[in-house]
Amino acid sequence: MSTLGEQLLHRIRDAHKRRTLTWWERIYLPAIAQGLWITSMHFWRNLFLHIAHRLGLFRDQPASVTIQYPDQRRITSPRLRTRHRLTKREDGTPRCVACMMCETVCPARCIYIVAGEHPDPNVEKVPKSFDIDLGKCVYCGYCVEACPEDAIRMDTQRHDIAAYSRDGMWLDIKELLNPGTRQFNEPPEKFVQLTPSEFRQLPQTPPPPPPGTGR
Amino acid sequence: MAETPKQITLTIDGKTVTVPDGTTVLQACEKANSPVPFYCYHPGLSIAGNCRICLVEIVGTPKLQIACYTPAANGMVVNTTSDKTLSGRRDVLEFLLINHPLDCPVCDQAGECWLQDYYMQHGLYDPKFNETKQKKPKAVPIGPTVMLDAERCILCSRCVRFTDEISKTGELGIFNRGDHAEVGVQPGKELNNNYSGNVVDICPVGALTDRDFRFKCRVWYLGATNSVCTGCSRGCNIQIHYNRERQWRPHIANGERVMRLKPRYNPDVNKWWMCDEGRYGYKFIDENRLTQVQLRHQGAPKTATWDEGVDLIGATLKRLRDAKQLDQVGVVLSSHLTNEDLFVAKRLFAELGVRQVVFQRPKNGASDNFLLQADKSPNAKGAQALGIAESAEGLLEKAAKGQLKVLWVFTQDLSTIFGEAKIREAAKGLELLVFQGTNDHLTAQLAHVVLPSAVCAEKDGTLTNVDGRVQRIHAALGPWAQSRGDWEIMQDMAARLGVALSYPDAPAIFADLAAREPAFNGLSYQLIGDQGVLLKA
Ligand code: SF4
Ligand code: SF4
Ligand code: SF4
Ligand code: SF4
Ligand code: FES
Repeated sequence: MSTLGEQLLHRIRDAHKRRTLTWWERIYLPAIAQGLWITSMHFWRNLFLHIAHRLGLFRDQPASVTIQYPDQRRITSPRLRTRHRLTKREDGTPRCVACMMCETVCPARCIYIVAGEHPDPNVEKVPKSFDIDLGKCVYCGYCVEACPEDAIRMDTQRHDIAAYSRDGMWLDIKELLNPGTRQFNEPPEKFVQLTPSEFRQLPQTPPPPPPGTGR
Repeated sequence: MAETPKQITLTIDGKTVTVPDGTTVLQACEKANSPVPFYCYHPGLSIAGNCRICLVEIVGTPKLQIACYTPAANGMVVNTTSDKTLSGRRDVLEFLLINHPLDCPVCDQAGECWLQDYYMQHGLYDPKFNETKQKKPKAVPIGPTVMLDAERCILCSRCVRFTDEISKTGELGIFNRGDHAEVGVQPGKELNNNYSGNVVDICPVGALTDRDFRFKCRVWYLGATNSVCTGCSRGCNIQIHYNRERQWRPHIANGERVMRLKPRYNPDVNKWWMCDEGRYGYKFIDENRLTQVQLRHQGAPKTATWDEGVDLIGATLKRLRDAKQLDQVGVVLSSHLTNEDLFVAKRLFAELGVRQVVFQRPKNGASDNFLLQADKSPNAKGAQALGIAESAEGLLEKAAKGQLKVLWVFTQDLSTIFGEAKIREAAKGLELLVFQGTNDHLTAQLAHVVLPSAVCAEKDGTLTNVDGRVQRIHAALGPWAQSRGDWEIMQDMAARLGVALSYPDAPAIFADLAAREPAFNGLSYQLIGDQGVLLKA
């Protein structure tokens, strides 16, 4: 009847069917030696390469380094799906027309949009509030795919969403339009609603140096 | 000349159908289950034949013909899926889209737009039109309820024919010619009649949209439940469209549940239409609702549990019954209750021995000679058919004179009907004023015990309209907060008082009701179906 129950039973039976180890495997020494071999191979390889790099040799062979996060950040591919942002029109209002495509497609249902009237009838619709609950987001990028207006992008190169509470992982429309303007310890303004003129008055901050470009 | 029309036989896509003479090809195609697309055709309006999307191939005629205006003829051979038909249709669609804006993301019609639907079925995805599109007025409010976007209009003239033929107010027209033709209101007028909301329903595209529904909710978030409008005694058949996603998207429309009402076809009641008063009169479902049992019996008002509330009333009734003073108990039922509620109430009070049971209608309101009725009670005919006397006036007078101890009022705000002073006076003379209802108002505030009950959109049951048609309503929503269905509350009371009443659900009540009440004899939910059944006179 219950498929979950059946699956569990299956797993237990499979576990019992596990193959018995051979004598060679049961003495474990070969496996230990194998592990030591892999570790030391990396060690010697990196040691050699780092010295060689100092001498100007083998520059094209990368050697492992520890990135001193958060002072130093890793260089990520521009295609990496990172934290969302909303793009703007020239006048500072969001490009988003509150069509709810992203809200609809989002498998985590973590986008919340409230639509309002835009003073220009040729634009007609604009979000009053636009919130993403990053605590729920699965970073699938479907929202970006679905958007007909190129209004939402995942290209901020930010992936540090650590916060002291779940609420801290909430992005309100101000933070989405100007990523990085909210301080780490500031609470989000959940469901904050802005009018088109208030959008224009939002601080037109130059995008803060994107973390994650390694520089 | 009431001769039965001659029957004719024609072949549609290889299927033979027989239809009465005078049928159009389009209707015959529908009968043959080969549906033809259409925009300007509407079964409730005259035929205009101007959108040309309904083209079909009729063997023997050189050109494609419009199915909506071509009468079916004996021996006709119609082809709705041939290459010639499909390519004709595609070309028509392309013409219709020449000046059509790319508005779907902001258009409220998206998701229920016939242009989208047919385009997806037949469309050429690469437009051949390179010229610039005509600009026309956008987002123009043309009346209190309707928003016009002339660019999206496909000039099917359905709305114009509606105001000419159905509402007979003639506010709309098509102005200018050719590319510049656009729909609009006649100079100096606005689209403001009792039925203006219907043009939104019949507009096949997003040119006319509802200002009340505007940007509130995307249509694909909506769930639909068949119901009956409770705005007046006509009982127009409707669908309740509610936010199906409310659990996950509580931000939509501030968490309201009902998004809009849409009429549902019933040839015997409202055809395809409904009035604006009913259409926009759904706010009470989510606003100003009673949420909890309240006791103001002794001292300060306080919220209470259901058990406390029902126990208090039960104890009072029991005391009066033991003292043989049940003639000092009055019950004012409401014409907003379903037949099921009224029947359970009738049985409960009859078995208790309470004689003074009446029902009260709300105050009369606006009416016209099409659908809207002055009597605003959705189920007054049902209460009459159950043999319940009318009007609370006598009971209120008795209460004011101190001749009543307990008055149990359902749903209605008696203060709007009889005036505030009378209710205050009556409340003063009573030992216990019970109010069982849905919304907060003066009568509820004066009551000593308030029992929150479900509105019709939260109930299963039947209502009887002004013609005596018993129509089914379905629960679209769960009960609000702590409210409960009226018959359930009464059944609880019956259990306290030792009256044997235990129906499991509304269908069981109706089965018993049909068996016991002569007016309802022989009726069943199956028989009532979607379209209702007339009571026996
Ligand atoms: S990335 Fe995926 S889960 Fe996150 S907001 Fe976009 S659609 Fe939703
Ligand atoms: S899909 Fe794009 S335009 Fe539509 S609501 Fe989302 S961000 Fe806005
Ligand atoms: S009328 Fe239909 S096709 Fe036109 S913009 Fe609206 S939804 Fe899109
Ligand atoms: S507004 Fe709608 S109903 Fe009226 S003519 Fe245009 S498309 Fe047809
Ligand atoms: S439906 Fe036939 S021409 Fe419009």
